[in-house]
Amino acid sequence: MPIEVNGKTLETDEEGYLANINDWEPGVADVMAKEDDLELTTEHWDIINFLREYYEEYQIAPAVRVLTKAVGKKLGKDKGNSKYLYGLFPYGPGKQACRYAGLPKPTGCV
Amino acid sequence: MSQVKKFMYVNRRPPYGTIYAWESLEVVLIGAAFEQDVSLAFVDDGVFQLIKGQDTSGIGMKNFSPTYAALGDYDVTKIYVEKESLDERGLSLDDLQHLTYEDEDEDWAEKDSIQLVSRAELATIFAGQDVLFNF
Repeated sequence: MPIEVNGKTLETDEEGYLANINDWEPGVADVMAKEDDLELTTEHWDIINFLREYYEEYQIAPAVRVLTKAVGKKLGKDKGNSKYLYGLFPYGPGKQACRYAGLPKPTGCV
Repeated sequence: MSQVKKFMYVNRRPPYGTIYAWESLEVVLIGAAFEQDVSLAFVDDGVFQLIKGQDTSGIGMKNFSPTYAALGDYDVTKIYVEKESLDERGLSLDDLQHLTYEDEDEDWAEKDSIQLVSRAELATIFAGQDVLFNF
């Protein structure tokens, strides 16, 4: 189902991921979060931006295990655990945060 | 508890033109979640998959070569490249990406993932695997 972001209509796949990664803008995450009744904080944006940088460098959305380890290294040990990440993204840090970041569903996520 | 098996993915084809190279890489990344003993081999034209400085803008395909650098994050740390295959194509290790991983047991020291092996050595490594996937 397409989503409306700042007056633009953006295509998504059947699971709500952006069809075209280049369509992404920060407003995409805001609109998607609103649909999930979630208010995005700086902590959410740290993860979303991290995922976008990871994709930029490696051309893949990382698996949750890899994300957790890398977040711990980059943002501090207190954030590199699944409790913290699931606290921010209750539908799963891999799936939900990648969707907000405009990335495809993580490789290996079913 | 299931037993850890030795899985090896053997890459024999050039990176673009067929979907084999990318499919292999995806299967490796998915398989890495199952905590098996995973290794990769690059032989024949498969060595071209690791060439550095790839540019696919002229062929309209995604350049997935940066993804090989993520293998270390997925704890895939054994990447064998066959020396004869490089020699036959006028290539050397310097033409390939420098792939590394961080060794958890040695205070996250950065180590090389790629090991150059001869055809004979690789045959021995093949013989020691439980499962071989050919791509």
